[in-house]
Amino acid sequence: MSHSFFGGIHPDDGKALSANMAIEVLPAPKQVVIPMSLHIGAPCSPLVNKGDYVKLGQKIGDVGAPVSAPIHASVSGTVVAVEPRPHPNGTNVMSIVIENDGLDTLDESVVSHLSENLSDSSVFVKLVREAGIVGMGGATFPTHFKISTGIGKVDTIIINAAECEPYITSDYRTLLEKPEEVISGIKLLMNAFGLSRAYLAVEANKMDAIKVLQDILSKQNSGIEIIVMKARYPQGSEKQLIQTVTGRQVPPGGLPADVGCVVINTYTAWSVNRAITEGMPAIDRVVTVSGPGIASPKNLRARIGTPIEYLIEAAGGFKPNVNKVLMGGPMMGNAQYDMSVPVIKGTNAITVLTTKESRDVENPTCIRCGKCISVCPMHLMPIYMYMYERRNDFEALNKYNLLDCMECGSCTYICPGRLNLVQSFRTGKAKLANERAKQQAAKA
Amino acid sequence: MDSELKLSVSSSPHIRSAEDTRSIMLDVIIALMPALAVAIYMFGLRALTLTCVSVAACVFFEWGYRKLMKKTSSIGDLSAVVTGILLAYCTPVSSPYWMIIIGAAFAIIIVKQLYGGIGKNFVNPALAARAFLFSWPVLMSTWVAPLAYNSIFDLSTADVVTAATPLASLHTGAIPQDITLLQAFMGQIGGSMGEISALALILGGLYLVVRKVISLRIPVGFIGSVAIITFIFPKGGNDNLSWMLWNLCSGGIMLGAFFMATDYSTSPVTKKGQWIFGVGCGLLTVFIRYFGSYPEGVSYAILIMNVCVWLIDKYTMPKRFGLTKEKIKEDKAKAKAEKKAKDGAAS
Repeated sequence: MSHSFFGGIHPDDGKALSANMAIEVLPAPKQVVIPMSLHIGAPCSPLVNKGDYVKLGQKIGDVGAPVSAPIHASVSGTVVAVEPRPHPNGTNVMSIVIENDGLDTLDESVVSHLSENLSDSSVFVKLVREAGIVGMGGATFPTHFKISTGIGKVDTIIINAAECEPYITSDYRTLLEKPEEVISGIKLLMNAFGLSRAYLAVEANKMDAIKVLQDILSKQNSGIEIIVMKARYPQGSEKQLIQTVTGRQVPPGGLPADVGCVVINTYTAWSVNRAITEGMPAIDRVVTVSGPGIASPKNLRARIGTPIEYLIEAAGGFKPNVNKVLMGGPMMGNAQYDMSVPVIKGTNAITVLTTKESRDVENPTCIRCGKCISVCPMHLMPIYMYMYERRNDFEALNKYNLLDCMECGSCTYICPGRLNLVQSFRTGKAKLANERAKQQAAKA
Repeated sequence: MDSELKLSVSSSPHIRSAEDTRSIMLDVIIALMPALAVAIYMFGLRALTLTCVSVAACVFFEWGYRKLMKKTSSIGDLSAVVTGILLAYCTPVSSPYWMIIIGAAFAIIIVKQLYGGIGKNFVNPALAARAFLFSWPVLMSTWVAPLAYNSIFDLSTADVVTAATPLASLHTGAIPQDITLLQAFMGQIGGSMGEISALALILGGLYLVVRKVISLRIPVGFIGSVAIITFIFPKGGNDNLSWMLWNLCSGGIMLGAFFMATDYSTSPVTKKGQWIFGVGCGLLTVFIRYFGSYPEGVSYAILIMNVCVWLIDKYTMPKRFGLTKEKIKEDKAKAKAEKKAKDGAAS
């Protein structure tokens, strides 16, 4: 590996808790709650009404906006409600509630697309869009949009199998158990971009999976090269991954396509393969349920819309002294307070932490050690950004490039003074947005 | 689900490194222990009692001030203990207890707490207090001879045997003849009680580097620049190498480079800035030693660099992610042109 990225941290990865647990299929619940916002971008409008009967894989939500992805029924049954329900993002979001009839009656649209002209990129993009595939690593950026805007600009496809967040093993298990399907998905993507090469970037803490993949790839001339990277957080962050694999840096405010790259998550590649070969849209996903607060950590294949309490129960429930239930990993996950919120497309993990992991203090105090600067993979100065956010000095916040912060949390993790740096930066970004709105209003 | 469940909701990230301010300060305290052992061996138990008085006074003033001001207590972070040890280390072992207590009050109340406490002070509390204690110049430059005590348990300072420090000799351009360089390196010299043993301080400093409490940038910049300059420009026609080594082993260079100049609050936070800061300390130290009227320059060099930290940080911002050198140049040219156009329009 000739390239690397600056900074980063080495938290205890805790992956041993669930790494050896084969993916188990979680039976679909009696009711699924499917929010109309399972992705970044415009929320979908419901296409069904209360009382309608829907089939598994049937499209139940869509919208015309380019940055969006349709939503499908993850069970067959009757729509019992179309109303706002709690969403993992903490708000109430318009959702479709389906009473599961337990039959999993397939929708007619679920047919293989292998016979279609997949070399025509517009056909492929449309299929990916119709399958509702979004960035399954957690960012949930619509994949069809990534592909359509990247074609022609992109010379390097990177499959993100870094899985750098502690505790999460869903991509690792997918690579280990379904390597052919992931590779097939990668080949479909290469075909769509018209490229003969792709990189599969994996962290060195997944040697089992690397070996399995190498065995398969050595027997064929696929053009897929495995890149083994040192385990370091946030290696799986898009910009840092591109930097590690290619040495290129995505310009501020830019997209990977600006430096000729597209980054696709492992599970997304797997989903693309399933959508093309079986015609099955994104109706379920592998979720790692783990952490020190979970009795028996597991990797579960759960339907989209399954309340997270089902997953927690399936993993043996809570241990004593549970403090936080996170959707996602401990570095970037969202803390949940309502156990009825559903699994969404970006739910790669449910991580449960106990009071033991909480190291917050009453009076966070900066001692100017500068460790935040030495770990920031975006080359920022968190110490000053924090200070200026506190002072509401908007000019300085812009000068210190607050908006470049991707909230990876490395600074907060390392801070010996226990400052809530990321929280301050989120507040700061909101303040900047308000300020801009104010200025625009004043001009108008 | 469990109805007794009490969940916390907060911004990510949700895990933190085990290292905190207290563990860092504890590491610094551990790293300072070899120097204390040497001081006790050379000067007797008085070195220990003086250090204890200094630490107790610093902790007391830190606790008392914050109690009085109705602020949260901060003695748990152990930073006052570190200040106490460093203050004792940069004074003569014969300093009267009352003087060290005054120094502690100055360091903690005036230099540290009035600016808001840990992380907010802009000069090193121990060094500023040392400078303040030069209000008693005789007491501050009474150098007890090493290994001159009758009994290691003798705590009185009434009949101390004094000795010239190697620094005084170096100041006149002469290499000390009464002791060997090895003795000086081990610490068998006169001087402030904690600064005498280069060996003990280097050991402690390396411990801090291994524990990642400090980086080598400031110490290497500091010691390296002193070494280079004294090697190239020896005074008094001395041999380059021995002049350089004597300069490094005498006075407060090691204590300053590893423990004072690396003080978080009063040193730059950027990598480049730390190099500049270290080299600046080194250059100023040699400058003061060569041209000042006082033989030692370490503490004033660090204090001077302390007040430049803000500026150094400002001009050593890391390169923004995603900007190429060409793009930065282009942006600069653009900004310049814009400014010109603006100025032109104004006039």
